Amino acid sequence: MIAVQNLNVRYGDTTVLHGVSLAVAQGESFALVGESGSGKSTILKALAGQVADWQGQMRLAGQDLQPGRKAHLARQVQMVFQDPYGSLHPRRSVDDTLAEPLAIHGIKGRDARVLAMLDAVGLPRRFRFRLPHQLSGGQRQRVAIARALMLEPPVLLLDEPTSALDVSVQAEIMNLLKGLREEKGLTFLLVTHDLPVVSFLCDRLAVLRAGRVEETAEVATLRAAGLQSAYGRELLERSGLV
Amino acid sequence: MTLLEVDNLRVTFPSDQGPVEVVRGLSFALGRERLGIVGESGSGKSMTGRAIMGLIGAPGQATADRMAFEGRDLRHLPEREMRKLRGARMSMVLQDPKFSLNPVIRIGDQIAEALEFHTRLSARARRARVLEALEAVRIDDPERVARLYPHEVSGGMGQRVMIAMMVVMEPALMIADEPTSALDVSVRGQVLDIMDDLVRRRGMGLLLISHDLNMVARWCDRILVMYRGQIVEELGAGALHEAQHPYTRGLLASLPRLNEDRATLPVLDRAALDGFMAGGDR
Ligand SMILES: Nc1ncnc2c1ncn2[C@@H]1O[C@H](COP(=O)(O)OP(=O)(O)OP(=O)(O)O)[C@@H](O)[C@H]1O
Ligand SMILES: Nc1ncnc2c1ncn2[C@@H]1O[C@H](COP(=O)(O)OP(=O)(O)OP(=O)(O)O)[C@@H](O)[C@H]1O
Ligand SMILES: [Mg+2]
Ligand SMILES: [Mg+2]
Repeated sequence: MIAVQNLNVRYGDTTVLHGVSLAVAQGESFALVGESGSGKSTILKALAGQVADWQGQMRLAGQDLQPGRKAHLARQVQMVFQDPYGSLHPRRSVDDTLAEPLAIHGIKGRDARVLAMLDAVGLPRRFRFRLPHQLSGGQRQRVAIARALMLEPPVLLLDEPTSALDVSVQAEIMNLLKGLREEKGLTFLLVTHDLPVVSFLCDRLAVLRAGRVEETAEVATLRAAGLQSAYGRELLERSGLV
Repeated sequence: MTLLEVDNLRVTFPSDQGPVEVVRGLSFALGRERLGIVGESGSGKSMTGRAIMGLIGAPGQATADRMAFEGRDLRHLPEREMRKLRGARMSMVLQDPKFSLNPVIRIGDQIAEALEFHTRLSARARRARVLEALEAVRIDDPERVARLYPHEVSGGMGQRVMIAMMVVMEPALMIADEPTSALDVSVRGQVLDIMDDLVRRRGMGLLLISHDLNMVARWCDRILVMYRGQIVEELGAGALHEAQHPYTRGLLASLPRLNEDRATLPVLDRAALDGFMAGGDR
């Protein structure tokens, strides 16, 4: 479903991704973990067509991607960005944000779908006509997740989707994502620095450092605290998990 | 010594159904210590921080019976005085750091500006201090990052830049709203050490708002738990697991584990909690 081969991304004379390769099968849930600034968001953004210039091969939902060319994949792929505030339009209400993708794709029954989605992400219905600045950080993050789920795309790119949520709301969102995946066979590529989240939601993970994949492992290896790379071990140790 | 005293703080927003109170009678005191605030999404944590800083914008309204910083009542301070305090003696790391930075000014210049406002250093010395501050928050190539604009740094780098900026000011009171939510454990440790140093060495008071229960439990001197605009529980250092309130107990149960094998995670029984406490704005 997602195949990245030898992906290189540069900004000016700084190379931020050095030959990154990874493959995620249909229905699989794959995690990217790694140091802050190591290029995790850049991989997701490149897949979502938000990086203008890159080298390598990327294939997504059956389409070959080309640098600088926009693929029309909205119904196949949706992304939840790391900064919900920046990815929500400041003057569009929650209702506008959630109904818009439905309108664009001529999907009927918008009202009912918007309300059902608010319920699913645990936002009270009276928040429906609020603007982003009238919400708390975690409420905004749930709007961004809800927007990505509106079209029920088979592939989701999730960049730290629960970083602004308290653990009880996080549990609700993770149960929702896991349920959708089982029910509809969705494919996830998920960035997080929270190893227990990987353990709950993912099948495999890649450890990134300074723009390189240091290690790819099964989630069973993570659960047994068996990561091998230097950075993987450091993550385990510092989480107090070894 | 008490640095900050808050008595009966309330924050209200108008709505179609009449005014909604999102912070409902909060009282606490902060000394030269690390006070953690955890709580449900939407429970009023950020609004509490903003109210202390005088940053609740219309149509929102903050009231309190007393809100004193270093013995001075903040409630009726003219905006000009508030601005002076905010820049120097008290500072807040906002929850969306990249959006509290100026989007059209390079990162290095923004930190230098903060320094210029507070110290009398030559341009050269300022530049050196900027690079030092970035290095301290573990930005490995400070020269490059100083030249970037806010939209060109990663999520976690944005958080670290904000902290570097607050740290160069050496405030007496720092309110940090989710300052480490985008950081991996190894960088996070270093950032916490820097804040710890300010608390121990400079006697700063720190109000740390965070969702990371384990971190707060391990690192803070005291913890306040908020639910629906109120403090429902106060816990001592390391005593998180002795929590009594059903919300706090529910939180602990929802934490996923490294060797997670449950098919679904337990979630709060909100209806039962609602019976326990009514009101607020979730
Ligand atoms: N537009 C840009 N111009 C210059 N450099 C950029 C730009 N976008 C990203 N970078 C650089 O690319 C590197 C990787 O950033 P990226 O956002 O992918 O990191 P990340 O792994 O997601 O980190 P975090 O966990 O902190 O979010 C960083 O050094 C960043 O400064
Ligand atoms: N401008 C506004 N108008 C109306 N309600 C608002 C406004 N701004 C915030 N609120 C509401 O106030 C409540 C408290 O918000 P606050 O940002 O303090 O929550 P929080 O505890 O920081 O949550 P989170 O952990 O999700 O960041 C929320 O329910 C939010 O929707
Ligand atoms: Mg990122
Ligand atoms: Mg908040």
